[in-house]
Amino acid sequence: MTPLLEINSLKKYFPVYAGVFQKVVAQVKAVDGVSFSIGRGEILGLVGESGCGKTTLGRMTLRLIEPTDGEILFEGQDILKLGSGDLKRLRPRMQIIFQDPYGSLNPRFTVQQILGEALLVHGRATRETISDQLDTLMNRVGLSPQYKNRYPHEFSGGQRQRVGIARALALNPEYIVCDEPVSALDVSIQAQIINLLLELKEEFNLTLLFISHDLNVVQHLSDRTAVMYLGRVVELASTKKLNEESAHPYTKALLASKPNLNPKQRTHRAPLAGEVPSPMDPPGGCHFHPRCPEARDHCKTETPRMVQIEDGHFVHCHLYS
Amino acid sequence: MPHLLSIKNLSTCFDTDDGVVQSVRHINLQLDQGEILALVGESGCGKSVTALSMMRLIPVPPGRFSSGSIEFEGRDLLELSEQDIQNIRGNHIGMIFQEPMTSLNPIFTIGDQVMEVILRHQKVTQAEAQQQALEMLKKVAIASPETRMSQYPHELSGGMKQRVMIAMAIACNPKLLIADEPTTALDVTVQAQILELLDKLRRDTGMAILLITHNLGIVAQYADHVAVMYSGKVVEEGTVESIFENPAHPYTRGLLNSLPKGNVGEPLKTIPGMVPHPTCLPKGCAFHPRCKDAHEPCSEQLPDWFPAPDSIAGHRAACWLYQTSATSSVQA
Repeated sequence: MTPLLEINSLKKYFPVYAGVFQKVVAQVKAVDGVSFSIGRGEILGLVGESGCGKTTLGRMTLRLIEPTDGEILFEGQDILKLGSGDLKRLRPRMQIIFQDPYGSLNPRFTVQQILGEALLVHGRATRETISDQLDTLMNRVGLSPQYKNRYPHEFSGGQRQRVGIARALALNPEYIVCDEPVSALDVSIQAQIINLLLELKEEFNLTLLFISHDLNVVQHLSDRTAVMYLGRVVELASTKKLNEESAHPYTKALLASKPNLNPKQRTHRAPLAGEVPSPMDPPGGCHFHPRCPEARDHCKTETPRMVQIEDGHFVHCHLYS
Repeated sequence: MPHLLSIKNLSTCFDTDDGVVQSVRHINLQLDQGEILALVGESGCGKSVTALSMMRLIPVPPGRFSSGSIEFEGRDLLELSEQDIQNIRGNHIGMIFQEPMTSLNPIFTIGDQVMEVILRHQKVTQAEAQQQALEMLKKVAIASPETRMSQYPHELSGGMKQRVMIAMAIACNPKLLIADEPTTALDVTVQAQILELLDKLRRDTGMAILLITHNLGIVAQYADHVAVMYSGKVVEEGTVESIFENPAHPYTRGLLNSLPKGNVGEPLKTIPGMVPHPTCLPKGCAFHPRCKDAHEPCSEQLPDWFPAPDSIAGHRAACWLYQTSATSSVQA
């Protein structure tokens, strides 16, 4: 079975300009050779700390950011080779839900305009049918259709995120990138939105790339999880496997940094010293070596290769190669 | 022994064009030396306003303290003159703000900013202040502090900036440190470092910490006592074990239940609805429209305090569920 989405050594380098002549002085390797695939109906979680390239990667899979190099296969077809007409025909099948429910909705549009725009652009609705279609859509994400003529500022954060979800669903997509969809929400609202996403995923057999820095949320939702550090995926495995038998020292540290909810089990130690280095000047060899408790000499010079240590469990670390 | 800090019946409200916003409604809190009290709740519940009230950083008007007192070492902070409160602020009470990125002044060096606190509150020379500032940066584990002293905030990472904020807050050895969401803007591995640092400082100096957070994992790991806030009121308080093992108030239970706990793919338990708007709070218990245990008095009368059923000392909830004919009201 071909996966719905497959990416092969995808790269995005952002040039850094300086000086009077705006010469390129450096490259930020935001995403540096990432490969994975997502099966139809699967949720792949993507975790990592800020600046590790999760968002860039997510947007590249939709071609909202043009990759520097690599392949993106959607149902086996390389979308980087598509012309604008073909791409537009493909667009309805792939959508995105953004992190910031405040910044990602046009404040001058009513909910009706926000949700209806895509339907009209892609010819999925006419002026006559659109009202009914929007009612169904709004009901489905738990918004009362009577709010159709309201503006984004009249809604709470959770409701705005429901509008964002409705917009992504409007064209019946197959693949949705969820870029930190619950990070800006309070705990009790976060649970409502997570449940909604899980219901919708079942109902419409959606395939999700779920990006988050919150391990608890990713672990709750995802079938498989990929861990990113400074532009590279360092470990990829089923969520259960990753939770129980994580292999990469960074994954282990991330899991250990997660505060335990039981006050009787206090750990009280910071598992990692230091901070994520600047992606403009990442450490040589394995990017993680300056913070890694198990770093050896060759970690500083040689970049490890991705190895499969068990069926479906990939690790990017010299300890396993 | 009197408490280091004792907030009694405090109400802070703001007069706005849309009416009076009661951000903090008749709350009582106590904090002793060396203790970490966590103030937990969702955005808009009044956590930060409580902290700002303690520092008298609420702009008056539109803000006003409509009732109560904040006693710190026997003095009511709300009664002090502006001059007196300035001598306490940053000196006896330190504060770490939520956003290290915007809380430092971009046009002064790190050294200047830490030294300013010391020069303001202590009779020391410039050179002595510089020496002390350097010591402080070492204390919060900033690498190569000599270099950092002459750098500007934009040259530091988020975690480093938060360490500088902590250095400024503890520069005068305060007895109380208010940490308002100290790690919200930080990555999880850095968060662990900062919390460990705060806990170590607490153990070394015996200062009390009021830890304001919405992250229940942090509370479980670091707090001694917990107060849960909802819509401007404290609805439950107790020791950290009693709150996490036997949460009594339906809101606390709902919060704890709504966290993902590794039961992969199952729907999470949710609290229906959303936080009411602060200008039109429901009558009675503010949580009753979302509460599945709401019954007759809830929509009419503000709940009194009742002891929680686990009968651990000091664990109590403001909820009519625990009113029985046997227990008499223990309203403070």
